[in-house]
Amino acid sequence: MPKTQQLEDFVTQVRRDILRQVHKVNSGHPGGSLGCTEFFVALYQEILERKDGFDMNGMEEDLFFLSNGHISPVFYSVLARSGYFPVEELNTFRLINSRLQGHPTTHEGLPGVRIASGSLGQGMSVAIGAAQAKKLNNDDHIVYSLHGDGELQEGQIWEAAMYASGKKVDNLISTIDLNGQQIDGSTDDVLPLGSLKAKFEAFGWDVMEIKEGNNITAVIDGLKEAKSRTGKGKPVCVLMHTVMGNGVDFMMHTHAWHGKAPNDEQLAIGLEQNPETLGDY
Amino acid sequence: MKKYIDTGKKDTRSGFGAGLEVLGKTNENVVALCADLIGSLKMDAFIANNPDRFFQIGIAEANMMGIAAGMTIGGKIPFTGTFANFSTGRVYDQIRQSIAYSGKNVKICASHAGLTLGEDGATHQILEDIGLMKMLPGMVVINPCDYNQTKAATIAIAEYEGPVYLRFGRPKVANFTPEDQKFEIGKAVHLQEGSDVTIVATGHLVWEALIAAEALQEKGINAEVINIHTIKPLDDEAILNSVKKTGCIVTAEEHNFLGGLGESVSRVLGQNHPTPQEFIATNDTFGESGTPDQLMEKYGLNAEAITNAAIKVIKRK
Repeated sequence: MPKTQQLEDFVTQVRRDILRQVHKVNSGHPGGSLGCTEFFVALYQEILERKDGFDMNGMEEDLFFLSNGHISPVFYSVLARSGYFPVEELNTFRLINSRLQGHPTTHEGLPGVRIASGSLGQGMSVAIGAAQAKKLNNDDHIVYSLHGDGELQEGQIWEAAMYASGKKVDNLISTIDLNGQQIDGSTDDVLPLGSLKAKFEAFGWDVMEIKEGNNITAVIDGLKEAKSRTGKGKPVCVLMHTVMGNGVDFMMHTHAWHGKAPNDEQLAIGLEQNPETLGDY
Repeated sequence: MKKYIDTGKKDTRSGFGAGLEVLGKTNENVVALCADLIGSLKMDAFIANNPDRFFQIGIAEANMMGIAAGMTIGGKIPFTGTFANFSTGRVYDQIRQSIAYSGKNVKICASHAGLTLGEDGATHQILEDIGLMKMLPGMVVINPCDYNQTKAATIAIAEYEGPVYLRFGRPKVANFTPEDQKFEIGKAVHLQEGSDVTIVATGHLVWEALIAAEALQEKGINAEVINIHTIKPLDDEAILNSVKKTGCIVTAEEHNFLGGLGESVSRVLGQNHPTPQEFIATNDTFGESGTPDQLMEKYGLNAEAITNAAIKVIKRK
């Protein structure tokens, strides 16, 4: 089977996992999770240089920090299917006594998670700290972070953005999920973000775009390009255009499914559009 | 009665700076971060000796807390430095999520705590920080009493794995504890043995408590004085053993009585051994501009106030 087909099958299975996780507990965030599925699959299957197993310090390997922690369903699915913990554990998402909390946390010891996130705007600072620690340790691996576009309304993001370029944190790649939606509506309606390209460039970042953020090949190529731009004195910002709810037709292009689970009927439709590939948990 | 000698007034923030300087030489994993207050935090010596391990963040405390959390991933032991106000209230959610909930080994080092910051006034005089920090699960809260103890505490917290809030101040205060002391987190220090009243104090009010004990002695009252340098975890046993002997207690701190040491002591007493208690603390108020001595007098945070509270609480037995 060609590699691209394998990755597309992986993406389809992750979409199923997302829908089934949030459906089971009638809560969680499917919209942003579906929009970032290709990103997570590309990152964990093709981009990150990872060691076997998991340790918190992550020396001599690439690191990833999810800043918009509410898209935990896609994070958990890809972590599990990349070998960090048993896939069956996805059954415990958001249940009492689970390691798969509503938002990701280190508190329950879930392998693959290095920081709690959910309260928005904090992940870029954490990624910068991890990147600077790597420099101190003479570890030339890369630190990646992901942020929602609505999340950029938080002020701490811009403190971090100013610092990262000012201090030449050039082993950092921060990707922005540009889906144009947030809980209360479109980002333009809630609080316009303006030109993020111009903003990040003005803050001293090397900015590039992935125009097709739901095309697995385009995402892999874009992240490889981003990696090639590291080590040149500037942090790298990837503006990744995605569709919220991608892959489930009635969830696409709307903020309605930001934080809402499908009912039984809707789940059936969503699963029909995404047939089982790697095997359900 | 034991005699304590003030070897010369010194600021506790300089004790922090001296401790950090030692750590720069003894622990290669210690890194320091500052939000544009190097001089105020006395971090110059560490920076001069270890320029690669110092990170000037700029006036961006939220970012500083996040960066500190991230640096622990990679085995570093970050010490953040700014005023107590900007170390706590300003960045509470960053500390809560990225440090406390995430269980990160960050040392939040906070200078200019309380009223004795002085002339800058209430915007900078936080009197709520102990309460804010002690409520965070897993956070250790330390408020040493003098220069020597602050230096010892700074060195000791690097050996402890987990988040710590270390609180100290701006003015020069009596320096009377041993230079070579071993600092044990969570272990109260008995300074005077007494049988009539227990005085537990934290920070530079420990010295005021010792002066109060001398004044009480002249009135024929034997006061037991305990230095509670660690507010969380609290040394419950030391407090309970003392009140079982004395039957009453005065707590003293440069902090709001809501949420401070006094309330922590009340909880221990209420659960185990109900005891009359008087609070030397600020009374749910903001501070104001003035000299440290003027403010301590106006807000009732000195030896005279402790003496009067002791006499009052003895009558309630």
